[in-house]
Amino acid sequence: MFPQPRPLSRRSLLGGLLALAAGATLPPFAARGAADGILTRMVPATSETLPLVGLGSWITFNVGDDPVLLEECTAVMEAFFAGGGRMIDSSPMYGSSQATIGHGLAELDAAEQVYAADKIWTSSPAEGPAQAAASRRDWGLPRFDLLQVHNLVAWEENLETLQAMKAAGEVRHVGITTSHGRRHDAIERIMREANIDFVQLTYNIVDREAEARLLPLARERGIGVIANRPFQQKRLIRRLEGEPLPDWAAEIGAGNWAQFILKFIISHPDVSCAIPATTRVEHVRENLAAAREPLPDAELRRRMADYVRNL
Amino acid sequence: MSEWWSYRPEDFLMFSLRVYERLFVLHNQALWPAQLLALALGAAALVALLWPRPARLRGVLVLLAAGWACVAWAFLWQRYAPINWGIRYLVPPFALQALGLLALGLWRGAPVLASRRRARHLPGLALVAYAVLLHPLTALLHGRGLAGAEVVGLTPDPLAIATLGVATLLRPARLGWALLALPALWCLVSAATLYLLDSPAAWPPLLAVTVAVAARLWPRR
Repeated sequence: MFPQPRPLSRRSLLGGLLALAAGATLPPFAARGAADGILTRMVPATSETLPLVGLGSWITFNVGDDPVLLEECTAVMEAFFAGGGRMIDSSPMYGSSQATIGHGLAELDAAEQVYAADKIWTSSPAEGPAQAAASRRDWGLPRFDLLQVHNLVAWEENLETLQAMKAAGEVRHVGITTSHGRRHDAIERIMREANIDFVQLTYNIVDREAEARLLPLARERGIGVIANRPFQQKRLIRRLEGEPLPDWAAEIGAGNWAQFILKFIISHPDVSCAIPATTRVEHVRENLAAAREPLPDAELRRRMADYVRNL
Repeated sequence: MSEWWSYRPEDFLMFSLRVYERLFVLHNQALWPAQLLALALGAAALVALLWPRPARLRGVLVLLAAGWACVAWAFLWQRYAPINWGIRYLVPPFALQALGLLALGLWRGAPVLASRRRARHLPGLALVAYAVLLHPLTALLHGRGLAGAEVVGLTPDPLAIATLGVATLLRPARLGWALLALPALWCLVSAATLYLLDSPAAWPPLLAVTVAVAARLWPRR
């Protein structure tokens, strides 16, 4: 949602003009520092600038109506927004996650801060609009910022529904998703032929198939890229946690493996945002801290990938 | 969704072990003190099976029917389905099992025990005794405390295990197998879920199915 405009002071006006001048010298895909230090990147198809780290909700926010766990999730969201985060991603497939997010947004009065990303997940396309409306009620928002076709389920018809919703102003941006490296051929075709704003796919330091065709294509078409499964649903972290971080991890500001992996993902110039999920406040803070300077350059990224591959 | 073969079983898990275990804590809080009644009725059913008469056997079937109906509505539909959308598809079969058990319990003609010798009943009786008396205590082993205990008649695993036990005791065999099918399926689903959640609680439902099927297949004279 759009933040409420703040009163304009001479100081903020000058600061804004300076930032604008500095930003104009950057290439469109470069990461930029926001006021709170969180790096952001612009999505050309949308002119939207998003923090490089968002928040996923698969498993972690599926807590039913458990009051204790709902409050824990709200605390995670509070830390996320306090740290400069904006994009939260969910799906009707994720059990009660949407209602959990809605609970947190209401508790925190954060509807203006969130960039709300959800999905359509139905093999009966006629149900799409009703499903989106039900999701919106769960979130407690008047409209979503982004709606995606979940895992390409009935994607042609569902994307048509989303395009119609976008044209009617019921959603700001539309996209498609996949995960686990599945159906990249179909994803590529949709990216070439359809008018979409975002693609969501699995990309991390060991799942790098997207680098070959999809990420360059996203740049060419101006499509935003949301990287899901950054930690392979904890499996990657578990695999690495017994191993030492390289000495040079400090050079890129990575204090642990989660930050090492996230910095690798978000330093790819064609990735708009990574969406790690967590139930813990300290983890959400660590994740957001990964979206601060410094980020690795291309040479360091190669070194990072080689290091992990050789462990 | 295509390319099913590329999914791992854990990809279908949509909740954490902590959330699953908290379901039982919340369920117990909501139903207290129904647990005491459920345990008393479970113990009465066990006594009825130890000294069986046709009327007592029918009473046990009616109690089981009430348990399946209660679990279908209060646990599966109201508590579990919100975190696992696949569970809603198991609610109608649970209701059917309840109706089947109720019809059987109200029918004066059947069923009867499969054997006159008590030794033949041991596996079935052991399953019922485990479900009523021991299964709630496994919550202690898993660090949940009795607040998270799974009580027969109120939660699905001990109810399914108790039903498996009763299904091994009955004649004719076709009836026993018919009563056994859904509890066995539930126990396998539950064992798979708990295994993927990395919980040691996966083993009792799996062992219960093994014992029940072996007991049902064992030749009777």
